[in-house]
Amino acid sequence: MKGIKKILPVILAAVLTAAALSGCSSNNGGTVNTDGSTSMADVIGALTEAFREKEPNITVNYSGTGSGSGISGVLDGTCDIGLSSRALKPEEEEKGAVAHVIALDGVAVVVNPKNTVTDLTTQQIADIFTGKITNWSELGGADAPIAVYGREDGSGTRSAFEEIVGVEGACAYTNEYGSTGDVIGNVASNENAVGYASLSAVGSSVTAVKVNGVAPSEETVKDGSYTIQRPFVMVTKKGVELSDAAQAFLDFAMSAEAAEYITAAGAVYPN
Amino acid sequence: MQVFFTLCGLVAVGFVLLITVYLVISGIPAIRKIGLFDFLFGKTWAAGQDRYGILPLILTSVYGTAGAVVIGVPIGFFTAVFLAKVAPKRVADIIRPVVSLLAGIPSVVYGLVGMCVLVPALREWLRLPAGDSLLAAIIVLSVMILPSIISLSETALEAVPKEYEEASLALGATKLETYFRVSAPAAKSGIAAAVVLGIGRAIGEAMAIMMVAGNVANMPALTRSVRFLTTGISIELNYSQDGSLQRQALFSVGLVLFLFIMMINAFLNLVLKREREN
Repeated sequence: MKGIKKILPVILAAVLTAAALSGCSSNNGGTVNTDGSTSMADVIGALTEAFREKEPNITVNYSGTGSGSGISGVLDGTCDIGLSSRALKPEEEEKGAVAHVIALDGVAVVVNPKNTVTDLTTQQIADIFTGKITNWSELGGADAPIAVYGREDGSGTRSAFEEIVGVEGACAYTNEYGSTGDVIGNVASNENAVGYASLSAVGSSVTAVKVNGVAPSEETVKDGSYTIQRPFVMVTKKGVELSDAAQAFLDFAMSAEAAEYITAAGAVYPN
Repeated sequence: MQVFFTLCGLVAVGFVLLITVYLVISGIPAIRKIGLFDFLFGKTWAAGQDRYGILPLILTSVYGTAGAVVIGVPIGFFTAVFLAKVAPKRVADIIRPVVSLLAGIPSVVYGLVGMCVLVPALREWLRLPAGDSLLAAIIVLSVMILPSIISLSETALEAVPKEYEEASLALGATKLETYFRVSAPAAKSGIAAAVVLGIGRAIGEAMAIMMVAGNVANMPALTRSVRFLTTGISIELNYSQDGSLQRQALFSVGLVLFLFIMMINAFLNLVLKREREN
């Protein structure tokens, strides 16, 4: 995840250089400006890289400013495609925003494999993370204190998790870690721990608990029964025709061809 | 030839100046926006809510360092007395290289051992949810500052003129009385320098304590997860966006840390200077 984020500027720079050298002479050349969610950086990076091989004359720019400003950007016409890692709000749709869901992202709640608690409700998860429930025995587990592990402020996973579970800014973390791998590794080594991580990063060292009775998997994220998930949305404006380049990029992102890159970037292909 | 050496010297000075100027320039904007008082004495650090008070970080760094000194200095001092005065030469010759080996262990290894041994042990003994805590960080830090305290104190103790001790022994004082009443006071500025050096190492350490401290910006408490000035920077830097207030505030934290270390160094120089004058 991090690796892709790091090389993203390099990719973009390479794309820009390539475009400058080719002089945008081809008919289908052009620039696509995307703007929005930082959580989508990996997915957009992977798509951009793949798209460049297909359409070397089209430059795709990405700037990570947050979902809100991505949506307002496309409504104001300052970018071609807005990127949002949440569903559109009704008032945004009223203003003409149109959502194209390109991927889904599941956030797994993980516990130590020795933990006997493997099924939680959203409310219980919220209570654990806000510090209302502090002992596993309150959830039918062993009599042991709960260690709440999370990510540092600024992490996309953290903001997504807190937003979906409804505990924004109210979490009482025992420990904070700087990466998804850290959270998983430390949950794996502490029987008292609970944490969250992007579904794609969860392996066999930890148990991903069922949420409201549904185990997280590609299928349950896809059919919506696993609730701790969010859509990755490309936003356009109703009545505004996209440039050929932007249309080509959007079509590519929605195509079956993109599935492999979206999956590789850690998200779930929705269609 | 002289030009070459001068140039090398200037490179070092140049880097110090560069870092100082860079830190000041990039550290000031956030303090201006947040307000010096709110920044230094705010009790909440929550980048998500744009609240940047670093009092928990400052207090954690101060308490952590103080704790390490409280544990590390007596052990280090007694070890130094042992090595310099009490130990048979053979034994001292074994212990001394071991101590310098301790100084050569990379801090990430201290952190690793702390994370894999100390943290789970604290979790079991104290029945904590997780063992990551200020206590764990203090223990790791106190071991880390031992080598510098031991070797500097030992050197200071060995520099005490033999005549002082012989005079004391001739007056009927026991050996122990001589070591603690005569040798130690005579070596006190060297020992003080050792302590200050230990403080400097403890307050600047990041890697080892990041692995055992838990890294939540709580107000410090022994068994709770805490965040130091150093770890505060390293844990959030990756995900803070360039140009955001969060990134600027992290530079300001760096500036505060820098000032702390500058003060400690100035104090160290003062101590050493006084020793030389004596």
